[in-house]
Amino acid sequence: MSESPAQPKIEIRGLNLQFPGKSRGSTVDVLRGIDLAVADGEFVCLVGPSGCGKTTLLNVVGGFLPPTSGKVEIDGEAVSAPDPRRVFIFQENGVFPWLTVEENIGFGLGKKPEAERRAIVRQYIEIMRLSGFERSYPRELSGGMKQRVELARALATEPDVLYMDEPFGALDYLTRLRLRAELIQLWQRIDPTILFVTHDVEEAVQLADRIVVMEQRPSRIREVVPVPLPRPRDPGDPQYQRLRDRIFALMGLDPLGLDGDGG
Amino acid sequence: MRRSEAILLPVGVATLFVAGWHAAVTGSGSEIFPTPLQVAAGLVELVRKGVLIRYVVASLYRVTCGFLLGIAVGVPFGLVIGWYARAYAAFNPMIQIFRPISPIAWIPVAILWFGVSDLAPIFLIFLASVFPIVTSVAAAVQNIQLVHLRAARNFGLSGLALFRQVVLPAAMPQILTGLRIALGVAWLVVVAAEMIAVSSGLGYLIIDARNAGKRYDLVVAGMVLIGLIGLGLDILVRRMERLEEVRWGFGR
Repeated sequence: MSESPAQPKIEIRGLNLQFPGKSRGSTVDVLRGIDLAVADGEFVCLVGPSGCGKTTLLNVVGGFLPPTSGKVEIDGEAVSAPDPRRVFIFQENGVFPWLTVEENIGFGLGKKPEAERRAIVRQYIEIMRLSGFERSYPRELSGGMKQRVELARALATEPDVLYMDEPFGALDYLTRLRLRAELIQLWQRIDPTILFVTHDVEEAVQLADRIVVMEQRPSRIREVVPVPLPRPRDPGDPQYQRLRDRIFALMGLDPLGLDGDGG
Repeated sequence: MRRSEAILLPVGVATLFVAGWHAAVTGSGSEIFPTPLQVAAGLVELVRKGVLIRYVVASLYRVTCGFLLGIAVGVPFGLVIGWYARAYAAFNPMIQIFRPISPIAWIPVAILWFGVSDLAPIFLIFLASVFPIVTSVAAAVQNIQLVHLRAARNFGLSGLALFRQVVLPAAMPQILTGLRIALGVAWLVVVAAEMIAVSSGLGYLIIDARNAGKRYDLVVAGMVLIGLIGLGLDILVRRMERLEEVRWGFGR
């Protein structure tokens, strides 16, 4: 992915967000002066300490939260509301518990003819390895499977942007590793633009083309770090480790047993 | 627990209860309070006279009318005030003032307005069921998980489609629980209403059996019927809780 594309997919300029404070008339800066351009098909991770506003930023870009000032544009168009072309994936799992797996996956395909809809659902059931569970309800699935259903539901609508808010945060370690690998394969195959929030530095280094490191109070972008490593990425690679330690250092942490040289 | 136990355990407790009842009546030498056998004979007598079915039907008819009316008013109203915070702020205090007034307190008013007719108990049952229904439906809507509403909005749903595809199914389990509670209250109230406002039904049976000759066997027979039918109604609603569309909300 090139670094400064002519027409970015997502462009955030001078974005500020304030919430009303505790005392009357006061405000709290939630996001301050955010500038970021994301290229079409790029995979960008937002990392930072909890409370740094990364999820809030995602909500603003997704159109769920209007900014106090500044601009969010996608394909040169201002974002003002959620849009079916850009799908959000939630940490709490947004799969509908009253629908079966196949009904969930077909949820965003309401306007398509029945036959086409069924074909797409079948395709994503296969891609996400959910065969045999078509008629199961979410409560009968493991956490990892539920998250795959949500991913399938999102991808089935062929969105051009995916917003992922710590989508694997609630899963166990092994499931998380597996879903990461699957996500990379899917991304390479379908090529949506992905904005991915995580507090897991390791996860960000595994996934991203670029990592946006955010800082707290005021919440703004500390640095944007490109990850020019080929995939699949080897955690044993010294370059990988240097990058990871640099991110840690940017977040104010000296990695244990290493002399953080990135700060 | 094995399935046989699920039947045998409650049947055992009921048997013990009936045996204890029998022993207590014979032991105390009461002439007025009936033994279980006398109650059973009373039930047979009621069936022979043809009043039992008539009274049961009369009571069930009133409960059905009043309860359906309660649903017809309470569910839409609850959905609206659950969804719109302003409507909730406006109406909820009034609802919470009306709700704790026992429907029994309304009996004189009901007779004043509707006279001695089916309408009076139907009105009372409506009152008994509509407030718990409104309250639980509103709570059900307010408890819908934000993540589901956001996902729906993300897929472009709004208005009626959002309501039909997300709000209603998401709230359904809790709505069903509210209906179950309301039906229980309605069944409690029909008996009380029939004791005063009409001359048929199970409530009337009880008060009439006592007034016209201290027939306590029939009084208790009426009580037993009320209990059994109440159990039947509850089982009916619980059946609905097992439907796939709402089962997720009941932790099973």
